[in-house]
Amino acid sequence: MNLVTFSGPPSSGKTAVILKTIESLHDRGLKVGVVKFDCLYTDDDLLYKKVGVPVKKGLSGSLCPDHYFVSNIEEVVQWGLDKELDLLITESAGLCNRCSPYIKDVKAVCVIDNLSGINTPRKIGPMLKTADMVVITKGDIVSQAEREVFASKVNTVNPDALVMHVNGLTGQGSFEFSTLLFDEDEDINTVKGKKLRFSMPSAMCSYCLGETRIGEEHQLGNVRKIDLGDSGV
Amino acid sequence: MYSKIEIKNTSIEEIIKKYPYIENFFKEQEIPIENKSQTLNEIFKNISSIEREDIVYSEDETAEKLIQYIKNMQEFLGVEDNTVKNLSILPGKDKEGYAEKYEKLTIKNGEIISIVGPTGSGKSRLLADIEWTASGDTPTGRHILINGEKADKKWRFSGGKKLVAQLSQNMNFVMDLSVEEFLHLHAESRLIENEDQVVERIIEEANRLAGEKFSPGAQITGLSGGQSRALMIADTAILSSSPIILIDEIENAGINREKALKLLVGEEKIVLMATHDPILALMGDRRIIINNGGIADIIKTSEKEKSMLKELKEIDSYLNELREDLRYGRELKRNNIFSLYDA
Ligand SMILES: Nc1nc2c(ncn2[C@@H]2O[C@H](COP(=O)(O)OP(=O)(O)OP(=O)(O)O)[C@@H](O)[C@H]2O)c(=O)[nH]1
Ligand SMILES: [Mg+2]
Repeated sequence: MNLVTFSGPPSSGKTAVILKTIESLHDRGLKVGVVKFDCLYTDDDLLYKKVGVPVKKGLSGSLCPDHYFVSNIEEVVQWGLDKELDLLITESAGLCNRCSPYIKDVKAVCVIDNLSGINTPRKIGPMLKTADMVVITKGDIVSQAEREVFASKVNTVNPDALVMHVNGLTGQGSFEFSTLLFDEDEDINTVKGKKLRFSMPSAMCSYCLGETRIGEEHQLGNVRKIDLGDSGV
Repeated sequence: MYSKIEIKNTSIEEIIKKYPYIENFFKEQEIPIENKSQTLNEIFKNISSIEREDIVYSEDETAEKLIQYIKNMQEFLGVEDNTVKNLSILPGKDKEGYAEKYEKLTIKNGEIISIVGPTGSGKSRLLADIEWTASGDTPTGRHILINGEKADKKWRFSGGKKLVAQLSQNMNFVMDLSVEEFLHLHAESRLIENEDQVVERIIEEANRLAGEKFSPGAQITGLSGGQSRALMIADTAILSSSPIILIDEIENAGINREKALKLLVGEEKIVLMATHDPILALMGDRRIIINNGGIADIIKTSEKEKSMLKELKEIDSYLNELREDLRYGRELKRNNIFSLYDA
């Protein structure tokens, strides 16, 4: 089985791109399944179900969604094997921009959209910096110049990522993209023993453990303070 | 080119001297450079763990990414061997698997080709084949040649240079910048030299195309439909890195389409135009007829057809006048070109 992890800011077009790509993969007779990771709510699973794609969703609730991803990915892989998939896709919303649910030696795709502003490539950090492929969406509604500037920002932030433009609505570019996702020779039976590409947030603070009171005396563990310069208190 | 070890141990200053654009790389990577006489190795030695985390890449990875960035940019700048003089499309098959019946379609730069056919007939697929420089590996099985040769795969994935630039009626500016700031940003990303002159020229050309003039300080998001279209066309003609321009229907409002096409052709672009507007289609040298997923025919615009252009334009400007009259609350008046109906 092949495994590909998709990540990207909320509403960047991940599901739209995956759905269009699956059409092309289906034409090649490949069996594709999707697992969607999200935080509080998603109905992406219904969209996948509608086109007959085996799908599962996992909501992390009060946990960090990417922590939740790593703690569950092995079970998800086993589910994919059980379903006899040729390709298993995971979709996760990049909720805090700090994490990236990418695994070493597992294809990693970051989906970002042209509307999100030219500083987004820089803002989303690890999610973009550690991806193998970057898919840029929503090129149909911005100008050529904005597409060029955006793509050049992406290239500056992650110079060796392969950059592609896919239109999530019309599917333009999705056939081409689909040819890069499945590799005949790749066969993943487990992700046990594999490693994340980038560490998850470095440590815990008192608020991770349920603290709700505000004030210096309640702050324990790993605390970072904002630099307010002279105007600070 | 530096090796990984060399680039880690060369001062930032010295690398910048050789490749000035890498300042941009350090900025986007948020690498805290206090002193440009330092090397990457020295910078990483003194970096806090928080800064390290923000950069994401380790010292080694940063060196690797920097080398890749320089490679990409050098290729981007190497315009000479990138000139696209012509583009050829070799036949594949249509949706039913029948071979397309034309021999080979070669389009030279400076040429305008219209693409016509009903919705869903395969116009997008044709365009996608060109963009992907298909080599028998797309659903149509077509092959794309550039300057008569099998195309380099670099056109497929580059973050910078794309083969096809696109312009359609649905596109809008979304950045909060003035015209001038915006053009400078685009020019910077292209690493061009005489930036100020180029920006000035684009604004001038755009204003020649637009019905109503705009100033360099105007916000791009506040431009009228015609002004935006004019600016997009002038910018794409002069500043886009793509040798091929696809125009997806431009409405005839607030912009001089004939001048727009002349500008693009004058910049040696190959112009593909998906349109069902007879005036635009007749401005093309040839038209590709798409049907059922394949190229059904290629028609050269005849002199007889071209001679219709004059009367079509007259009808067109009559309609435009009527629109203007409506807009400004005037009474609609009949044009004398229709006097033959008076009998
Ligand atoms: N115009 C345009 N709209 C797009 C494109 N791609 C996606 N969209 C639209 O953008 C919206 C969000 O797309 P989704 O695919 O749901 O985004 P997502 O990243 O999966 O969102 P989450 O899973 O909720 O984070 C939808 O309304 C899509 O139809 C595109 O290329 N062009
Ligand atoms: Mg989604």
